[in-house]
Amino acid sequence: MAANGEGNGGGRGAAGGTTEARGLRGVVANVIAWLDDRVGFSALKPLIKKKEVPIHKHSFWYYIGGMALFLFLLQVATGIMLLIYYRPSAEGAFESVQFLMSDVRFGWLIRSIHSWGANLMIFMAFVHLFSVMLMKAYRKPRELTWMTGVGLLFAALFLGFTGYLLPWNTLAFFATRVGTEIPGVLPVVGPFFREILRGGDDVSGATLTRFFAFHVSFLPAVAFGLIGIHVLLVQKHGMSVPPSVEAQGGAKRSIKFFPQFLMRDLVGWLAAMAMLAAVAAFWPAHLGVKADPFAAAPAGIRPEWYFMFMFQTLKLLPAEILGIEGELVGIGAFGIAGVILFLVPFLDRPKPGAKPGKLWTYLTYGAMVYIIVLTWWGYAASPTN
Amino acid sequence: MSTRSPAAHASGVSVSGGAAVLLALVLTALAWCLLVPGLLRAQALPVSEDCVSCHLKLPDARLSQPAESYPNDIHSQIGLGCLSCHGSGGSDVLDPAMGFLHAPERKNIPALCGRCHSDGAFMRQFDPSLRTDQVAEYWTSVHGKLLRSENDTSVATCVDCHPAHDIRAPSDPTSSVYPKNVPQTCGRCHSDPKRMAGRGIPTDQVAKYTSSVHGKLLLEKGDVSAPVCNTCHGNHGAAPPGLSSVRNVCGNCHTVMAENFDQSGHERLFADQDLPGCATCHNHHDIQPASDEMLVSRTETVCRKCHEEADTAGMQFLEIKGVLDSLTHAADSAREVLDHAENLGMEVSTALFELQDVTNAETRSRNAIHTFSAAAVRKEAAPGFEVTSNALTRGDDALAEHTYRREGLAVFTLFVLLLMTGLILKIRAGESEEARDEQHSSS
Repeated sequence: MAANGEGNGGGRGAAGGTTEARGLRGVVANVIAWLDDRVGFSALKPLIKKKEVPIHKHSFWYYIGGMALFLFLLQVATGIMLLIYYRPSAEGAFESVQFLMSDVRFGWLIRSIHSWGANLMIFMAFVHLFSVMLMKAYRKPRELTWMTGVGLLFAALFLGFTGYLLPWNTLAFFATRVGTEIPGVLPVVGPFFREILRGGDDVSGATLTRFFAFHVSFLPAVAFGLIGIHVLLVQKHGMSVPPSVEAQGGAKRSIKFFPQFLMRDLVGWLAAMAMLAAVAAFWPAHLGVKADPFAAAPAGIRPEWYFMFMFQTLKLLPAEILGIEGELVGIGAFGIAGVILFLVPFLDRPKPGAKPGKLWTYLTYGAMVYIIVLTWWGYAASPTN
Repeated sequence: MSTRSPAAHASGVSVSGGAAVLLALVLTALAWCLLVPGLLRAQALPVSEDCVSCHLKLPDARLSQPAESYPNDIHSQIGLGCLSCHGSGGSDVLDPAMGFLHAPERKNIPALCGRCHSDGAFMRQFDPSLRTDQVAEYWTSVHGKLLRSENDTSVATCVDCHPAHDIRAPSDPTSSVYPKNVPQTCGRCHSDPKRMAGRGIPTDQVAKYTSSVHGKLLLEKGDVSAPVCNTCHGNHGAAPPGLSSVRNVCGNCHTVMAENFDQSGHERLFADQDLPGCATCHNHHDIQPASDEMLVSRTETVCRKCHEEADTAGMQFLEIKGVLDSLTHAADSAREVLDHAENLGMEVSTALFELQDVTNAETRSRNAIHTFSAAAVRKEAAPGFEVTSNALTRGDDALAEHTYRREGLAVFTLFVLLLMTGLILKIRAGESEEARDEQHSSS
């Protein structure tokens, strides 16, 4: 072999390269085989190969769930990086974020992507929710998929709420004070809930540490659990085809999830990454002024945009409705709406053989219009009114 | 032989003893005739309420006004009545012969007020922290001296500043001696040319004070800690500070400047030249906010009185101005760069915060002007230059970082676009292959 190789003159380099490539490939193959013997992941191959995605005029919406998942993973990755510098105490939180933003190499980028990515993730979760509702993808046998999805949306909202306080700046402090005051109006259990949230009578360092614990351990654990079930159920039941497509005999064609659909997903994820990087570069996450619990509340305290429609509703309600405190009625209504949202698959059940009704489609459009209008109103209204 | 009346007998009193009793009865009756009307009068007017109820009905405002205003007077509020002052030692008798005091003569007012206010034991029961040397101080004032030595009753006495029957605590905003009201109280006399005629003092002090830095602070911004007439002149012992005392008066608040002025050696020189210390450069009633421009104007107007034009000592102020201008310019430049970086979204709050330290250096440098030494000012300004230099560096770094981010974003975007293009091409190739396979299988 050696003599043969030596006598091969100019072809020696190419032959050597091929041998090296073969050698490297061989090593990788051996490592994979070694791992497969012990883990048995080759059993997943048929599952991956089997999974197909139907292609029809509404297929675009299939990408939104994957996008929300990608953004969640991005949040986890950037969140872990932020943990390296973040100090969860009233004395050190603001300063640690300030240091991260000004002195840590790419600290500004990580925090800005985490901050903007959170907003984009929640936006995508809402879009995913409404697209699933309009495509009635919650129908049997996907009730649990829907319920875990709603649970994930609530987890994402709570992640946003808890994360907002962590920089310990003035706006976050007072917005959290208002936010944690709202459940306090509930009869009997309200004050208890408020104290659980705050860790005391008022927002303080104790609130910060428990929000931090919720944000980095409890909620991510819940979210990971729900995502696991959600993805497993999507894998088990496949993609739902909307009733309008079903009525036309179902999807005419489909593509393999791996690699065709995943590659399309990747294009979207890369676009999202580029967009987040651009937003982070042009509008880095704001830090503001350190929270001072003894200072007067600044004018125009507002929650994050995804709570604005609820906040504005509570602001518009009269002080008393049918002898009950207006705010209490509003919170009760949102609570009932949350329960209804959770139970949609059981409430929207057409009789066997009947065409799916339009009621829930109209309700979905109504909810979308309500959220958009009230959010816009919340931002357009005078902050001091 | 003496005889006894039955009655006397019965009583066992002899005739000579009866005469004594008769005499006693006569004297007693006489005493009753004299005293009863007086006693009846005293019983009719023993308390302040009775004074007020009558005086309110009197048509003469001089007599009714005290009754109207006295309920608001601090003395009324602690339970002292009209007779506390007008009753001379607490007597309830209205008869002057019995000690009743009508409106006191002006020359007697200090003594009247001092009856209580100079009595430490008496005042202690109302407020142990109250001073009791007001009257003693008053006699040292220009007002007191004129009253005592020249019997000039037109000068201010207690009631001119503390209006009788309507005296309020100095902390009461409606009081005539509340800091914001003091210029008006003093000005009632000192701004009146008629009252001041022949005294040889100006009448524009209050007008000047109102436009001064202290006046604006007190009257416009409501800062009651700002100096007012009595802060510099004293209140009960009111007098103009002597030329040599000006530095002490101003130095009560402007401590550092006064110490620097002492170090300069000019305090003694100014005193020798009859120059009024601080007021030489800053004036007195119309003290304006000090500006760096004063360094130039005072060099021309004040320093030239002693220093020649080419005299390096006299030129120190111009050199000092150069140092201060440089520091201000350096701070402005650094702030401008940091503001620009902040507007671009860069996190420079720490640098902006640290830049605030330059204010300390500027203040200390300006205080050091009073040493009249450019070297001393430069020494105080040095930390400020260091702060501005660091801030400028951080601002420049932030701007460079901003450019770096833009460039990085461009490279990253290009990289992502390349990846996306590759993926899209790969997807297209897969679709074409799929279409070919379908075509092949159908054919």
